[in-house]
Amino acid sequence: MSTYADAFAAGPNAAWLPELRKSAFDRFTALGFPTTRNEDWHFTSVTKIAERVFKPVKAGKNTLSTHDVEQLAGGESDWHRLVFVNGKFEKSLSNFAELPAEVTVATLQETLKESPEFVAERLGKLASFDAHPFTALNTAFAQDGVVIHVPRGVVVDAPLQIVHICDEKAAGASVHPRLLVVAEALSQFTIVENYVAVGTPSYFVNAVAEVEVGNGAIVNHYKVQRESTEAFHVGTVQVTQGKDSVYHSFSFATGAALSRTNVYTRMLGEGAEAKLNGLYLMDGTQHADHQTFVEHIAPNCASRELYKGILDGTSHGVFNGKVYVDPQAQKTDGKQTNHALLLSEGSRVDTKPQLEIFADDVKCTHGATVGKLDQVGLFYMKSRGINAESARALLTYAFAAEVLETIELDALRVQLEAHVFEHFVRQSQE
Amino acid sequence: MSASIESLVNKEYAYGFVSDIDADTIPKGLNEDVVRLISAKKNEPAWLLEWRLKAYRRWTTMTEPHWANITYTPVDYQNLRYYSAPKSVKPLQSLDEVDPELLKVYGKLGISLNEQKRMSGVAVDAIFDSVSVGTTMKEELSKHGVIFCSFTEAVHNHPELVQRFLGSVVPYSDNFFAALNSAVFSDGSFCYVPKGVKCPIELSTYFRINAAETGQFERTLIVADEGASVSYLEGCTAPKRDENQLHAAVVEIIALDDANVKYSTVQNWYAGDKEGVGGIYNFVTKRGKAMTNAKISWTQVETGSAITWKYPSVILQGDNSTGEFYSVAVVNNKQQADTGTKMIHIGKNTKSTIISKGISAGQGQNSYRGQVKVLPKAENARNYTQCDSMLVGNKCGAHTFPYIEVGNNTATLEHEASTSKIGEDQIFYCKARGLSAENAISLIVSGFCKEVFKELPMEFALEAQQLLGITLEGSVG
Repeated sequence: MSTYADAFAAGPNAAWLPELRKSAFDRFTALGFPTTRNEDWHFTSVTKIAERVFKPVKAGKNTLSTHDVEQLAGGESDWHRLVFVNGKFEKSLSNFAELPAEVTVATLQETLKESPEFVAERLGKLASFDAHPFTALNTAFAQDGVVIHVPRGVVVDAPLQIVHICDEKAAGASVHPRLLVVAEALSQFTIVENYVAVGTPSYFVNAVAEVEVGNGAIVNHYKVQRESTEAFHVGTVQVTQGKDSVYHSFSFATGAALSRTNVYTRMLGEGAEAKLNGLYLMDGTQHADHQTFVEHIAPNCASRELYKGILDGTSHGVFNGKVYVDPQAQKTDGKQTNHALLLSEGSRVDTKPQLEIFADDVKCTHGATVGKLDQVGLFYMKSRGINAESARALLTYAFAAEVLETIELDALRVQLEAHVFEHFVRQSQE
Repeated sequence: MSASIESLVNKEYAYGFVSDIDADTIPKGLNEDVVRLISAKKNEPAWLLEWRLKAYRRWTTMTEPHWANITYTPVDYQNLRYYSAPKSVKPLQSLDEVDPELLKVYGKLGISLNEQKRMSGVAVDAIFDSVSVGTTMKEELSKHGVIFCSFTEAVHNHPELVQRFLGSVVPYSDNFFAALNSAVFSDGSFCYVPKGVKCPIELSTYFRINAAETGQFERTLIVADEGASVSYLEGCTAPKRDENQLHAAVVEIIALDDANVKYSTVQNWYAGDKEGVGGIYNFVTKRGKAMTNAKISWTQVETGSAITWKYPSVILQGDNSTGEFYSVAVVNNKQQADTGTKMIHIGKNTKSTIISKGISAGQGQNSYRGQVKVLPKAENARNYTQCDSMLVGNKCGAHTFPYIEVGNNTATLEHEASTSKIGEDQIFYCKARGLSAENAISLIVSGFCKEVFKELPMEFALEAQQLLGITLEGSVG
């Protein structure tokens, strides 16, 4: 812990929002890293993160080209793209000049210079760090990030893509990216966040996003986590939703030795809708933990969740989904589904879908299943002349495809489908 | 609200009377001397006293668990009496020797021992303020070699069995309340069904707390030897008192190879009044261990108690063993229940089924908390879980906390849960067919709980349905 204190004291950006950063750091010191005695971390031990000393990234010149970025993160040419390499914004790789004039997209550093009050008013307001040590750590150490502000009624057609790349220079270092999104009433846009790596360095990414979805606004938020398999990834997204707003989150994860993805949404306005979906494919000794928390505060809101996991090797999957319904949130319609497919003998899954309901006129359900591939299905396919490997690959792909189909952004869906297909077909041919 | 409903709503807790029976009590408070005193009063062998003392010492190092979704005024463990027994208890030869006052009490409870003995073919062991007062049908049972007696008797007459199985499923160090029970338990039931014997009648225990400021700590031990089978019923009531009373029981079930044990409870401890004053704190540890091809089935109907903290569990130790849990939990007024089960799959081809129905009314808070754990060696484990909650009124809460932990890829687990309001369209349909709103609700709730009620023995099923009606009516208006 003292290493963090030294690093904090030496922080290069100690000038901005010093009070917020100080209180966040104090909170982190008080909380410490969570242990498995903490109910929210019961199945995920972060000892590997806590025991390591992650240093700030060494400054170095970027050697990646736009072509490399496209190879790593995908995306279309008309997407508005911001690229960070080892936590540092790379202007030469980014391209978001085509955005409508009224939309503000800038790095956190830049916004702090241009309109510090905008940041001061909002940063840390949604993502509380009282009970979340990693959020506190990010708030204390965040150096840069992205600020997106879409004014009332503005519709941005092409997605905003934020790419975080780590390469060998990030080995042994930690990066704390921050994202602040303000979607004013009736605005509509899509965000794609990519977390990728060059090679297999071991580093620690601790990301925090705060998303304010205004009345009637529609925000699609895709997160593709394909970090290095030696890396650690903790990501928290905290959302608040206004009246009749729609927030759609999709979390795709194949990377990191240890990852934890939190998606929390608070539905404060009547008639809001939240869709939280996710797919994770784990292999080797990987560990992936997904947590969702849907708070139905206002009446007449709907939430839909579908998370699927495919576990191979001796990997370990964790899903913890909670739906809370406030006494005032009558006519809530909540549905949560979680399925895990265990491909290998050593794979393991722990799932905890929870409902906490304080209003009576509601309809809430959750379902969870864990199992291996359907033997009857495999037999049927074999009887139709498909060999066992291909049958397994097809059934596994079909299991994943159900959740991938919920991605409305065609280019991304095609890319992820291809990725998953390649993953299993390649395996079946090995 | 119709007049009949009105009267039902305001219906007194029928079992809330206090019986004026001379009781042998000891001073309040808990320390090693109290543990020794209880043991001495029961004339126990040294090994049992030693076990109690170990439990007590462990208990002093433990802290009360607070992870459950319940809030209550803390229990002052030094302000409780840990032993209270009706004075007239002597070793009884026959029912005729039972204090007529006591018999009257059981008459009020509707379980006249004599009646039970002659008519229903159910053997009853009634536990009154921690001490067992009469076990019926003993002769009938002994013909088959079935031992069914109070725990104290078992300690004296069958020490080898008690010593072999006591604490083998719930060790004294298991949890705070189990440790407390192990230190101070006063009596309970003991049942042993020998190899290959099908117990000819259903066994039953009736628990009642009578004395004030007394904790009830009974201990039940059921052993079904290889190939044996037994069905065991348990009922409970307590008087109405303004202060909260503590009930911390332990039930252990051992089902050896090919054995089959069915355990049913209708729990109707005093729930406190409308304002939440009084009522029983029910902190109970119930667990069974099923060996090869054995089956343990828990069925519970929880309508009473101010606080319920109870997780009847099955350790599926042997290959092909089966565990079942059927539960109906109802909370009304200010009752709180945090209840569910644990199914620990250790053996191969083990199967478990969980059906839980929660009904919340008034300002009641009802939580289902369950764990299904499949250990890496448990090939082909199978679990099906269904938890449904029904909400009646807008001040109550229903919560679901399932833990599903799977360490073997040949396991198949399914979990579904739903929470919804009682169906207005269903009520409308029933009303259109000439049923009153109250009857419609009663019908819908019965249907909602049907899967669990059908697991109960006949007479319990009827009692349970009536209890449910009484607990709920009045919450609907």
